[in-house]
Order: sequence, then C-alpha cells, then structure tokens
Amino acid sequence: MPGRQQALRAFVIACVLLSACGEAGPAATPSTRLSGSLIVFAAASLSEALTDNRTQLGVANPGLALTFSFAGSQQLVAQVQAGAPADVVATADEAVMQKLVAGNLVEPPRNFARNLLEVVVAPGNPKAVRSLRDLSRPDLKVVLAAPSVPAGKYARQALDRQGVQVQEVSLELDVKSELQKVESGEADAGIVYVTDVKSAGRMAMGVEIPVEQNVVAAYPVAVVKGTKSHQLAEAFADQLISGPGAEALRARGFLPP
Amino acid sequence: MTLEATITLDLGTLHLDVDLRAESTEVIALVGPNGAGKTTLLRALAGLLPLATGRVQVDDHVLEDTALRLRLSPERRPVAVVFQDYLLFPHFNVLDNVAYGLRARGENRRLALQKAEAWLVKVGMAGQARTRTPQLSAGQAQRVALARALATAPGLLLLDEPLAAIDASSKAPLRRDLRALLTATPGARIVVTHDPLDALALADRLVVLEAGTITQEGLLIEVAARPRSDWVARLLGVNLYRGTVSEGSLALPGGRRLAVATALTGDAFGLVHPRSVGLHRVKPEGSARNAWPGEVGGIDFEGDRIRVEILGQPAIVAEVTPQAAAELGLTDGGQVWATVKATGIEVYPA
Amino acid sequence: MRWGRVPVGLWVPAAGAVVLVALPIAGLLLRAPWSDLGPALASPDVRQALLLSAECSFGALGVALVLGVPLAWVLARVRFPGRDLFRALVTLPMVLPPVVAGVALLFAFGRTGLVGRYAAWLPGFPAPFTTEAVVLAEAFVAMPFLVITTEAGLRQMDQRYEEAAATLGAGPWRRFWTVTVPLVAPSLAAGAALCWARALGEFGATITFAGNLPGRTQTMPTAIYVLLESRPEDAIVVSLVLLVVSLLVLVTLRGRWLGTG
Repeated sequence: MPGRQQALRAFVIACVLLSACGEAGPAATPSTRLSGSLIVFAAASLSEALTDNRTQLGVANPGLALTFSFAGSQQLVAQVQAGAPADVVATADEAVMQKLVAGNLVEPPRNFARNLLEVVVAPGNPKAVRSLRDLSRPDLKVVLAAPSVPAGKYARQALDRQGVQVQEVSLELDVKSELQKVESGEADAGIVYVTDVKSAGRMAMGVEIPVEQNVVAAYPVAVVKGTKSHQLAEAFADQLISGPGAEALRARGFLPP
Repeated sequence: MTLEATITLDLGTLHLDVDLRAESTEVIALVGPNGAGKTTLLRALAGLLPLATGRVQVDDHVLEDTALRLRLSPERRPVAVVFQDYLLFPHFNVLDNVAYGLRARGENRRLALQKAEAWLVKVGMAGQARTRTPQLSAGQAQRVALARALATAPGLLLLDEPLAAIDASSKAPLRRDLRALLTATPGARIVVTHDPLDALALADRLVVLEAGTITQEGLLIEVAARPRSDWVARLLGVNLYRGTVSEGSLALPGGRRLAVATALTGDAFGLVHPRSVGLHRVKPEGSARNAWPGEVGGIDFEGDRIRVEILGQPAIVAEVTPQAAAELGLTDGGQVWATVKATGIEVYPA
Repeated sequence: MRWGRVPVGLWVPAAGAVVLVALPIAGLLLRAPWSDLGPALASPDVRQALLLSAECSFGALGVALVLGVPLAWVLARVRFPGRDLFRALVTLPMVLPPVVAGVALLFAFGRTGLVGRYAAWLPGFPAPFTTEAVVLAEAFVAMPFLVITTEAGLRQMDQRYEEAAATLGAGPWRRFWTVTVPLVAPSLAAGAALCWARALGEFGATITFAGNLPGRTQTMPTAIYVLLESRPEDAIVVSLVLLVVSLLVLVTLRGRWLGTG
C-alpha cells in the first residue's frame, strides 16, 4: 500500500508541476489521476489553504470533485457524530479529534500542520498594542473566540499563563467572525492564528506573541470510517502532510507538523 | 339655531347641487328615491365629505366655505349624526357609548356618566347602562344611538334612515317616540328617509331630493296640495303628469293629449285624484272628454276603497268602491276604459 | 362547524401539519435527560441567558409596538406616492437572512457605521457588544411581523366607527386610542405574539451585530448553540426550558386578548 501511495503522490506532484509550466494537458494517463468525489470537513482556519489546494488539484485532476465544509471544530465533530456524510475530517484541536477516536468514528488521525497564535489589530496598529499584557488595557475593545472553539481555548491558556486579565467584549463562535470584528474596526484587538492574520492581508496587522508565551495548535486529519472513497480519502490526507496540500498550507503560514 | 347651506359636490355619478335652509322651529325630512344623494348631503353637512364649492353655516359658525378655503373637521362641528347602522361602539357598553361625545369634548368622567344616565332615562333605556351593545335589539340600539347624539347638544342633528332597521310592526310606536324626542330637542334637525310614512310622521317640512337636486320643498300641506315630483305623488297616492299645456290641452310625452279646463300655457303639471277616474267595461259615451283603454295592472284593497292600477297611455291609478269593482268585474290583466273629466285634472305651472 | 362533516381533503393535510410540528418536539422531549434539568438550570450562565432573553425580547416588542403600530397605521390609512414600494421595504427584514441583517446593522450602527460613527457616545446607544444592540437586532427582524399583521387588521376594520367618533367630537388622537386600537386589538395581539416569538428566537443577527458575552449579549439561542458544542445533553434541556416559557407567554397572550371561544 505505501508504495502505491508514493507513486500516486509523485504522480500528483508531477501533474501540478507540469500544469504550472503551462502544458496543454497532463502527461499522465487517465488511470493514475485522482478522480471521484470527496467530502472534507475542516476547521474554519483551514479554509483559505484548502481552497488553494483544491484549485491546484483541480487543474491536474479534472475528475476530482472536492467538497469542503468549513466550521468550528466542535461543530464539525458534532455533525460527524450525528452521521454527517464526511469522508475526511481535519480539526484545529487534537482533543476534539479524540472524541471521534473514542467514538470509533475515524481511523487513527495524523498531524499535518501546526499553528501559532498571534494578536491581530487594525492596520497601522492605531492603539499601539505591543504585547499580550496590553490586551488588559481598559481602553481596548478585545474580542476572543469562545472557549468551545480551539483558538479560543488556546488564547485563554496563553492569557492565563501570563496572568493577563482581559475584559473581552465578545466571545465569537468561530475565528473568522472574530477576525471580521477586528478587520471591520468594531473591535480593537483579538487573538487569532498566525495564518488568519496572513489571510487578512492589508485588512489587518499582526502583533507577534513570543514563542515562550505562545500556544501551539496541532492540526490532525483523519479518514472517516465507512467512507466509500477510502483510497481517495487517504490520498488526500497524505498530500496534506507532504505534497501540494502541504505546500498550500505552508504558503498560507502554517508550520509543518 | 339655523342651518344655511349651499352645496355642490360630485361623488361617482352623482352631482349634488342644493341650497338648503333649516330653522330650529321645524323638523325637516329629506326625502327622495334611493341614490338621490340624501346620505351624501348628510355626510357633507357632517364634514365627512368635502364640498366642491359652497358654504355651510350653523348660526354664526361657518363650518365650511370653499371661497375662503375654510373647512372645519367633523370633530369641530356642532353637528351630531345618528347613522343608518347606528354604529354603536362594540367595545363600550351602552352608558359609555352615550357618554362618549361628552368625554370627547372634555367633560370629566363622573359628570359625563351622570348626564349619560339622564339621557338613557329620556330615551327609555334606563337600567340598560351596563349592557354590551351587540346584545341590543334594533329598536334599543336606535334609542341608544339617539341618546348618544343628543347628549352632545348639537346645533344640527342629522338622522340617516333612523327607522330603516326596525321591523314594520315595531315602527309605529318608535315613530311616535322619535317624533316626541325630536320636537323636544332644540336646534335644527334633518331626518333622511326614503319611507313616506316616516316623513309624514316625523317632519314638519319636506325637502324632496331627486338625482342631486331639490325638486320640491315646503310644508307638508303645501307639498301635498301641489305635488311637483314623482316621489311626492307616490307619497300622496295621486296621479301626476307633466307636460306642455296650450289651448286647453295638456300634451304628455309619448303623444297623448289630455283635455283640461285651464287658460294656462307652458310647462305644467296635471294632477288627477284617483277618485276622479272613472272605469268602464267598454268605451263610454258621455261628457268625460278624456278616455283611453288600458289593462288592469294591480288591484289593492285600501280599507273601504279599491285602488286599481291601470297600464295604458298614460298609466293611471283609479279608486273605486267595492260595489263598483264588483260590477265591473275587475280582474288582473282585464281590459278596462279609464275616463277623466277635463275639470277633474288640476293644472298648475311647473 | 357543527352542522357538517369535515372533508377528508382538509383534515388529512391538517393532521399532516400537526405531525410535522409535533414530531421534532416529541423527539426533543424524549431525548431530554430530565435528571439534568436541575443542574442545568442552576448554571449561572443558563439563568443569565434566560433572563437576558426575556429582557431583550420584551424590549424588542416594546420598540416594535412604539414604532410599528404608527407605521402600520400610516401604511393602512394614508395614501402617498410609492406606498407599495415603501411597504415592501419595511418588510425586507423578514426575507433577509439573519446574518445579513446583522451585517447591515453593523454598517449603520457599528463604530464606523453611518450613524454609529457620530452617535456612539450617546447613553443607551445600541452600539455593538451592548445589550441595547441585542434589542435592536431583535426588533429589526421581528418588527415587520407586527407591522404586517396590524396593517391587515386596520384595513379590515370598519372605518365608519372612526367617522362616528369624529362626529361626536373626538379628534384624531382620541379616535386612535379609544376606537381604532380597541377594534384592531385582536390583530395587534396576534402580531405582537409573532413579533415577540421571533425576537426571542433570533440568533444570526444578534450574534453578528451584538456578539456573544454571557450576562450582556448572550441570549438563550446563543447559549444553547455554545452548549451544543460542549454539553449537548444540557443544550436539549435548556432548549426545552425556552420552549415551555415561550408556550406559557403565547398561550396567555392569545387567550386573554383574543377572547378565545
């Protein structure tokens, strides 16, 4: 099996490289291309990276239909537990993934990326936020993610470890909403992932949290048991760890697993 | 209190054009056929319809004057209305209904209720103060509506078909009561009705409205003596013809000429009492100069008289004794000859 | 209907409707871990959310009554150019996806919003993250229900009673309070019930515009959503509490005002 996976992987990379060079069509023979449909449930913070991934794969594998459902990790897990038709699950939190493992709903998960926290502020940092400690300033409107969201949980951990008391104005239900509040100017600061700040582009600015104060989020991916596209699911998970998926993740700011 | 009103108004196909005056010394019945504009005129006086041109004045208060662009809204007019459907507020009981106008004009609650109670006694509804209005009979509702309107001591009281909702058997006593109440009330009073019997019982003066204009008005006696409209003629039960008279001959529309005994010329009315009409089996010889055939359209028994409606050119109503009717062997659809002496037709200028 | 049979073509679909509504609720009732009810209700977060929901939903109803009834009156009684278009505009919040409504509210009342940028300093201003913002969001989505129902009631009522009141000397304001409102009360009550229920259940606009903070902006729907992620069983129990409270209010409101018969 692994050898075959390697061949498949190499094949996919070749296709991508070739298409990137502007070849008219893939040099691959039809039988080794990825095809079929796959439903992937992924944490909201993965949305840009995975969408890029799909675009890349789509060029070389026209027979591939990838459907993503992005939401908070807790919500994804609840849906899978209720029987939602996911083939692959990728969460932003190992603890949350454990629920699925304990329920015997997925095959052994593998970590495919890591993320760090960062403070996000408006472009130009008008309120001069320099550190985690600054977030306790009374003149700042700070938003965090709800504790049931991995990013929120980690942010709380980081703040508690430094003994910082924050009077947040809202506990958003997912990281994207939190980021949106800062981008739109409703809130002055928030704690999100490094990848989220990057994805905001010119709409927001990041203030680095030193590694010793930071919390590392590990992202596990697992194939759902009973999926009808097992091979495809495995292939997809593999390329997230090493392959076009991994590159897409790196490009968006994720750290290797 | 006097009403002076000059009104022109257009509503749908109706063009209303009237000049009306009402003294507080008389109750006026505004009569006429359905669709003549009676209710429209009432609503205009109440302020519910704006005038096209004209002026309405009650005593010294000018309620509306189109030339001066002056128009008082209904709530500011000293006018009260008893509506055809009474329109008693269903969410108030009888007493609160009657007190409504008083409260609306600023009277304090206790005083208003006291006055309302007094009015209930006057209209014979004492003891019904707490009754919910939907539970009232038509006769009771009418009395409450009257009390409600009168409680505000209006300068002008308007009643729109006050007895229309009452069944025939209860009408007579209610008419009497209403008449008594109206005559005891100060201020100008106008009753709209299409029922001649109501007009006769309730009013002193008649104003006949037909197709938006006043065709006749005057004291009952005057009007009865010289009817000038179909409506009045029907009211009195007489035959009325209109035509052009010249050289002793009244030319009717439709061609027939009636011989009349008068030196008048011009546009004229010809009045024929039913008793002046003679009926014969066959074409008669004799002095009557007007004779024509016809068919019996209907026979009505009126006490000791028989009224016979005859369809012909022109149609005419005759009144005969039962013996005469028997002798003639009158039946519906039967053929008869009607005769009228020239002297039996009263002619007067239109 | 005492004098005839109910046709099959009517009572079968009617029964279907009942099943459609009753089944999910029955599911909730059966799945609920009733033994958890006590601890779930004892949780300060849940109690806070319940209280806040009650406060804000009735607050939203109040706003809807004060602003919506006069609006319904104008739409029903005053003729002005573009009235139909205006009416459609007023009912827009009904068809807007709640989150979109929330975003729209941010554009207007947010820190950088059309009005927000100038008026945020006013005491009681419904700026994002405040309880007033929750009331505003709920009123925004729920008011159209009140307006539509009341307007229909006003159109249907017999306006001659208002004429009668005018001839008795009642001015427009007095007529409105003593004749119009009492006669339109049944429609008004129905509209108010709908409005309140909609306000209570509002989620998307509230979370987008007002945020989520226990004690200040976390309403029952939001609390249930959060609970669903951490303690789903408790979420069910708390949902049922909301259901029972709503039922009580609705039954009381309709029973009293509509004079059930």
